[in-house]
Amino acid sequence: MSATKAQLSHRRLIGMVRKESLQILRDPSSIAIAFILPVVMLLLFGYGVSLDAKDVRIGFVIETPDSVTSDIRAAFAQSDYFVPVTFHTIQKAEQAMRQREIDGIVWMQSDFSHRLHNGSGAPIGVIVNGVDANQARITEGYILGAWQTWLTHYSERRGLPQAFPIALEQRVWFNPAVRSRDFLVPGLVAVIMTLIGALLTALVVAREWERGTMEALLVTPIHIRELLMGKLIPYFILGMGGMLLTVAMAVWQFDVPLRGSFLVLLAASALFMLVALAMGLLISIVAKNQFVAGQVAIIVTFLPAFILSGFIFDINSMPTAIQWLTHLIPARYFVAILQTVFLAGNVWAVILPNAAALALMAFIFLMLVRRKAGKRLE
Amino acid sequence: MSEATSPAIQFTGLSKSFAGARPVVALDQLTLQVGRGKVTGLIGPDGAGKTTLMRIAAGLLLPDTGDIHVLGEDMREASLQVQSRIGYMPQRFGLYEDLSVQENLDLYADLQGVPPAERDARHRELMRMTGLAPFTARLAGRLSGGMKQKLGLACTLISRPEVLLLDEPTVGVDPVSRRELWAIVYRQVKEQHMSVLLSTAYLDEAERCDDVILLHEGKLLGQQKPADFSAPMQGRVWAVHAALGKRRLQQQLDLNPAVLDALTEGRQVRVVTHDSHTPPDTLIAGLPGAHIEAVAPRFEDAFIARLQQHKLTPSTLTSTPPQSPSSDDNAVIQASELSRYFGDFIAVNKVSFDVKRGEIFGLLGANGAGKSTTFRMLCGLLPVSSGSVRVAGVDLRSAASQARARIGYMAQRFSLYGNLSVQENLNFFASAYGLSGKVKRERIRASMDDFELTPFAGSAALTLPLGFKQRLALAAALMHRPEILFLDEPTSGVDPLARREFWWHINALAESGVTVLVTTHFMDEANYCDRLVIMADGEVLAEDSPEQLRARFHKTGEEEASMEDAFIALIEQHQQREAAA
Repeated sequence: MSATKAQLSHRRLIGMVRKESLQILRDPSSIAIAFILPVVMLLLFGYGVSLDAKDVRIGFVIETPDSVTSDIRAAFAQSDYFVPVTFHTIQKAEQAMRQREIDGIVWMQSDFSHRLHNGSGAPIGVIVNGVDANQARITEGYILGAWQTWLTHYSERRGLPQAFPIALEQRVWFNPAVRSRDFLVPGLVAVIMTLIGALLTALVVAREWERGTMEALLVTPIHIRELLMGKLIPYFILGMGGMLLTVAMAVWQFDVPLRGSFLVLLAASALFMLVALAMGLLISIVAKNQFVAGQVAIIVTFLPAFILSGFIFDINSMPTAIQWLTHLIPARYFVAILQTVFLAGNVWAVILPNAAALALMAFIFLMLVRRKAGKRLE
Repeated sequence: MSEATSPAIQFTGLSKSFAGARPVVALDQLTLQVGRGKVTGLIGPDGAGKTTLMRIAAGLLLPDTGDIHVLGEDMREASLQVQSRIGYMPQRFGLYEDLSVQENLDLYADLQGVPPAERDARHRELMRMTGLAPFTARLAGRLSGGMKQKLGLACTLISRPEVLLLDEPTVGVDPVSRRELWAIVYRQVKEQHMSVLLSTAYLDEAERCDDVILLHEGKLLGQQKPADFSAPMQGRVWAVHAALGKRRLQQQLDLNPAVLDALTEGRQVRVVTHDSHTPPDTLIAGLPGAHIEAVAPRFEDAFIARLQQHKLTPSTLTSTPPQSPSSDDNAVIQASELSRYFGDFIAVNKVSFDVKRGEIFGLLGANGAGKSTTFRMLCGLLPVSSGSVRVAGVDLRSAASQARARIGYMAQRFSLYGNLSVQENLNFFASAYGLSGKVKRERIRASMDDFELTPFAGSAALTLPLGFKQRLALAAALMHRPEILFLDEPTSGVDPLARREFWWHINALAESGVTVLVTTHFMDEANYCDRLVIMADGEVLAEDSPEQLRARFHKTGEEEASMEDAFIALIEQHQQREAAA
């Protein structure tokens, strides 16, 4: 590079940042994507989507009602998870299940109490509607859990030795209430930041191409680095704003605990924001119209962040090939950090490798942007 | 070559091709210079390579081979430094429509590194020059087309560039703003010794340049003063009057093998011959009451002589007479007290006029004058707020669809299906108008022949050159043989040769009895009309024949007033009345 090479000027940079900020403030769609969409998504995922089974309608087939069977039924009824419905024959219960009036059946045969008393082992039959496999597994687990709890209590009350020599004592760490909201909401931060960083950025740069403003801009003495920085800075601030809003709502509106340090969260978010912005810029350099840029941004950044990041679907239960693929999704690393920082605390063994992956991706994408962006049209 | 004596721009052996499905050689071994301190015009039909040349000069593209020096600097190496000394206005200037006039100026002042101390004075100067001073707080998107273009120019001029590159700066701009733009450009040249390279599709603008570069298919056809281009045309240009309708006269003259080009202009026909040896009397032999006189050649004559490779064969285009002649044969379109409001805004205010059968009737006006709104009401696309419209004897308020079967409509952007082939487009439009079977096949074949589209039958409409797209659009609009044809800015963005050819077909149609209603902002095209209205602020300022309008503003002792002079004079009168009121 020669000595006469035009110097970076901060007047030009400030001019670009000011222009971009004014445009953001005046464009209702940027504000909507940055602030309204996160709120809508949070409300939707916070209240609407739940991976927990709640108020599951269970059919109790009690062939011979007595004090023991009504005690069991009461134990189920007390739980938040079940709404018991009583039947006297298995046929009626099966019919109800077919009509989807109930999602599971607990079957206590006529000699149930008798066999329980004489210690010969009292079987209960459990039938679960398997149409929704996920729901079925959860329901099954809950029923067995409730059954075991009741059995333990029953033995204690009677002063009998426990039916099982070793009692299974379960404890759920980090999310003791096993609320799926606590696990979903932190992941949403990644999805929202992807939207702001990649989608919004891709759209606004493509818009400059579409409206012909880019051509006029390129012929000014602006350095390409100033142009890129002029785009990065305002959207970085906007994205971090969206992140803070989401975190604030998560903590205060949805009572998701934030066990780790806020600073760690901030630093990781900043890293992820850089990756998202760089992807957005890269897309808009390749796709020079808003429609294509929008489509590409959604398919390449938003959907993977949604599906392959571990935000909703557990990565470990994916097929191996897909698991490999998730390593290419930046949101994966960020979701891991988010869930750890929120629910477990500053677990460096998780945070550091994931942050390193994000830093590497930010570096690669920014280098690609720098290489692909030029001041010529070809 | 030292910096001070080098030309503003030097192109040496410049070639540039674009790869693609159909590779294009945009520039072919071009060597030319753009001089300092003057306005150099870059003229040529579509695809001549004007925009590519501009972009190379601005450092947006690199040539494949050859060199480009701007202000003595090699653009391959020093484009960034050069870019701080040049101003470039692309075809669609990049104004940020959601920023105000002031904010746009500030942005470009920042980008061009104008020191804050100098800004206020420079802004004031530019705002005064462009007449935008009262609008500094307005969003750029809310400005009229002409004002946007002036703001674009102001942004480009903010750092007093040494070289100014303007790519078709006056396209789509009304005549008044066009004149103002030219005045600003010339002022920069005079006061700042600025060097200007300006491309244009308006041939009358070429005459305003100091020097003209004529490009065709990427090759240089010539570079000289505009007067030197037209000088060899001396003795080849004539004005003919005769006791015949002007279109009939034009067609007759065109049949003469000695004639290269015949063009209606007012009531007379302007004729360009193949050489200067043709005795004028032979041109008018056999024409009743004919009278011929030599006229001074213009740049346009030279342009046509150099570029018109083959003479247009007389258009045989006709539209069959209407199936059932309209009740009132004298007025095919009647608009009376036509008004249209959008909320509080009065877009069209009590407009009345009649159009007779077989007439070409023009609607002229600047952007926002209300001509498009009027036009849309006339073809039944927009309901009227008050007043009445009768088209082909049918009241549009009650029976719009009945009228629609008898009108053909060609929209500004041609409304073709870009990824369908020519054949498929015609097929679709024929079906849309209810044609089928043998009639449909014959009509399609006939329009392919008439418009010479047969070689392109299988090409996607999107890939056609603009002139062919226009032909296809016209063919589609004529598929059902309408008795009235509505043309909305039909020649916008089309080069002079294609425009000529288009009017060729329209003239033939009018001769066969089709009524044509056209909106245009090309003032010279107004000459093709039999009568026209000039609109401003939703009102009709004048309704007359082009000859009469021009005569009205003819000042004694001066050259004949052009249509543009008449238009500008009318608008100025109107503005004075408004100001007084």
